[in-house]
Amino acid sequence: MIYDWLFRLTGSETAAAIIQSLLPLFLFILPFALFAVLLERKVSAHMQDRLGPMRVGYHGILQTVADIIKLVQKEDIVAKDNDRLFFDLSPVIVFTGSYAAFAVIPFSGIFLGSNIDLGLIYIVAVTGLVVAGILMGGWASNNKYSLLGAMRAAAQIISYEIPTLLIILVVIMVSGTLNLYTLSEWQTSYFWNWLILGGPVFGIEKLLFIPLMMMSALIIFTSTLAEVNRTPFDIPEAESELVSGYHTEYSGMKFAMFFLAEYANMFAVAAIVSALFFGGFQSPFGYLGDLFNLPWLIPIEQFFWFTVKGIFFVFVQMWLRWTLPRFRVDQLMTFCWKYLIPFAFVILIIVGLITVLV
Amino acid sequence: MTTYDIIFYLFAAVTLLSAFFVVTNRNIVHSAFYLLFTFFGVAGIYVMLGADFVAIVQLIVYVGGILILLLFGVMLTNKITNIEIKTDSINALPASIVLGLFTGALGAAVLNTNWKVVESPAPEATTTALGNLLINEYALIFELLGIVLLIAMIGAASMARK
Repeated sequence: MIYDWLFRLTGSETAAAIIQSLLPLFLFILPFALFAVLLERKVSAHMQDRLGPMRVGYHGILQTVADIIKLVQKEDIVAKDNDRLFFDLSPVIVFTGSYAAFAVIPFSGIFLGSNIDLGLIYIVAVTGLVVAGILMGGWASNNKYSLLGAMRAAAQIISYEIPTLLIILVVIMVSGTLNLYTLSEWQTSYFWNWLILGGPVFGIEKLLFIPLMMMSALIIFTSTLAEVNRTPFDIPEAESELVSGYHTEYSGMKFAMFFLAEYANMFAVAAIVSALFFGGFQSPFGYLGDLFNLPWLIPIEQFFWFTVKGIFFVFVQMWLRWTLPRFRVDQLMTFCWKYLIPFAFVILIIVGLITVLV
Repeated sequence: MTTYDIIFYLFAAVTLLSAFFVVTNRNIVHSAFYLLFTFFGVAGIYVMLGADFVAIVQLIVYVGGILILLLFGVMLTNKITNIEIKTDSINALPASIVLGLFTGALGAAVLNTNWKVVESPAPEATTTALGNLLINEYALIFELLGIVLLIAMIGAASMARK
């Protein structure tokens, strides 16, 4: 584990813990956000038969770096009637909420922020912090568009938490653990043992689980997509109706915090879907390290597969964003309460019966 | 002072300070937002006591549920753009007498109790044990609580329909 190595390097538990908790931010989320913003612009451009940013660097690969430099230099505009304290606090709370989720996501066999038993539920819990932060920002902006956007965001995230939790319950019943690390280890490094294909236990229940798990994966992907407020579920920041939703009034670095939180959230959600149903950090067809007897290679391969799966799901999110039109508010709620939740309940009951009877 | 103590006092300070702001702030939306930090601090203290499941449920239920509901309630029942509800203090004399008596009684109880001090073992994960207890030993109480909540929900729905 990286923690033991840091502990030997620094000789102090506190220092090792602090360095370990900062690692995902500086080594992963910031570079990922730079990459993802560029990817989003390139994907959208190519889907619309354009080229996207082309000027800064080869095919525009340094565009986001230039954007960040521009954002840092910008003036921080605060309107006179903004509620100063909560206006400043809101981006911090939103980012804390989305970063806190990374504490339990296993990046590789040797790197995991905190190996707590309640990983999955913990992620759901810290999402609550994001909701409160968004409401805080929308209210403190003292702007009708911001407040409407914040209300929509809160209502949406809370509604879509229910199907997410139900599917998490399904996974708990099949695997018997809430720990994301154990869950990834349990779905061994061969793709036919992943939960999407019924889990590693061979028998009649594996056959029965396959269609149910595929539906579950679809439901949890949809509902987590809604939780990060991405199109087709982006009514909280619908540009044509609400200017920019709850962060209309924000500028400069505070806006960048919201932006970073959104991309961190996208990756967190992708990582959760891949950890639940697609084996997490496990390779689909065994490890080269095992094949050539090089044990140090395995963690690097695991990190590679984790990143590839995460970026694949982030790509699917972008793909959907530039393919589907936006939902209306009532359609959004109908979709959650009348379709996703009943389907999730039926899957929950069937899986429960199968685990008890078979 | 160990790191554990520092973290404990940090959470305790967050809880107490924000709770103080909740009751003294005159703007009700501000109070609701300060409540977020109180709940968060209490969850932190639960973690320090080794009650991981309770801490997380505290976050889910209070921060993710009750606080958001409270904010929605406050925001939807007011004029949204300029909040006008102000909290105020009334009946200061009887309140301070009751408060004084209560504080005195609590303080006396705390000071006069013969506390048992034991070296606490390293906290273990409580989820599995709790789950077993809830489903096996206390299954009836657990189900009854579920029914009570269901009744509240049916009641709210039927009242909203009228």
